[in-house]
Amino acid sequence: MHMPLEDTLGLNLLAANQHQAEHNREHFDAWRLLCLNVMSSPGAGKTSLLEQTLAALSPQLAMAVLEGDMTTQLDAERLEAVGVPVVPITTGRACHLDAAMVSGGLSLLRQRLNPADLDLLWVENVGNLVCPAEFEVGEHRKVALLSVTEGDDKPLKYPVMFREADCVLITKIDLLPYLPVQVERIEEHIRQVNPRCTVLQVSASTGAGLDPWHQWIRHQLLADTCRTVQRGFTWRMCSSIRSTCTGR
Amino acid sequence: MHEVDMTRCLLLSMNQWRQQHAPAEPCVNTVHLQVGDFTCVEPEQLVFTWQAAVQGSWLSGSELAIEAVPLVGRCVACGHTYSPRPEQAYRSPCCQHPMEQIVSGRELKIRSVDYTLPC
Repeated sequence: MHMPLEDTLGLNLLAANQHQAEHNREHFDAWRLLCLNVMSSPGAGKTSLLEQTLAALSPQLAMAVLEGDMTTQLDAERLEAVGVPVVPITTGRACHLDAAMVSGGLSLLRQRLNPADLDLLWVENVGNLVCPAEFEVGEHRKVALLSVTEGDDKPLKYPVMFREADCVLITKIDLLPYLPVQVERIEEHIRQVNPRCTVLQVSASTGAGLDPWHQWIRHQLLADTCRTVQRGFTWRMCSSIRSTCTGR
Repeated sequence: MHEVDMTRCLLLSMNQWRQQHAPAEPCVNTVHLQVGDFTCVEPEQLVFTWQAAVQGSWLSGSELAIEAVPLVGRCVACGHTYSPRPEQAYRSPCCQHPMEQIVSGRELKIRSVDYTLPC
């Protein structure tokens, strides 16, 4: 007769991923860069938004992109054309990036540049509203996109993604006149599942709403700066951000 | 099918437990999980991938027992707890307040392991 035994673990199911994500974040903090994880369904406009944002912010900020894609490097090529270093991470059959894949991407990035020279690292996740929500990669903030063409019910159907996001961008608002959808209703549904996130309306095609979005990014850099300074580090920042910080 | 990746994470945790905490050669009967209703995990798929993943390993024959944890919110307006429902846009039925506080439902936890030791 075997003696039945029980061990209480109380561990997170994703502890292995969590551990690697924390390791990644320690690197980001040591390099004093801000990492944003951009997530959405396929075709919501992550790459188009990044094209515009990278072009607009690259004169002020040193940035790089880890670009997750299941099979192709098409998005990476589009972003590389903007003149920002891009490391493609081809996930194969996996429908999300995990912390180990991002760690692999960081190793490749380090062959090309010193991450300590960066202000901002973008992680463009694989297009999917389900899986990426549960897999942290070490990011400081999560950004979720929802295009107006997807309908106003998506925040209620995929609530975890929108609950986890720090900022939700409602994209393709230039198409609103042609759609039977009310943007107020989309926004209301986002706020129902996540009353505390920032919600912004943007169009990468017309440039509408991009200024507040870029302002949000600057605020996150600033918030992180304060956090880092409190820890006793000095922060290497671009002069434009520093002037925003001090008001000069 | 991110349950495959979740199973991989789970196996890594189990291997770690065996190496660091378990007595020699544990024969695992059941791994107990707590999975919240407000997660992206489909328990049936997790059980399915577990059965496939442990075949031929030291965990072969073990079962995954999943305890579902219901989604419970707390209305920040009046303090009552409630079951947020998608058809009510997750609002509190008492004050129609958005789902601000989640009391339970986000759990993804390895609660415990039942095992025996060889005589």
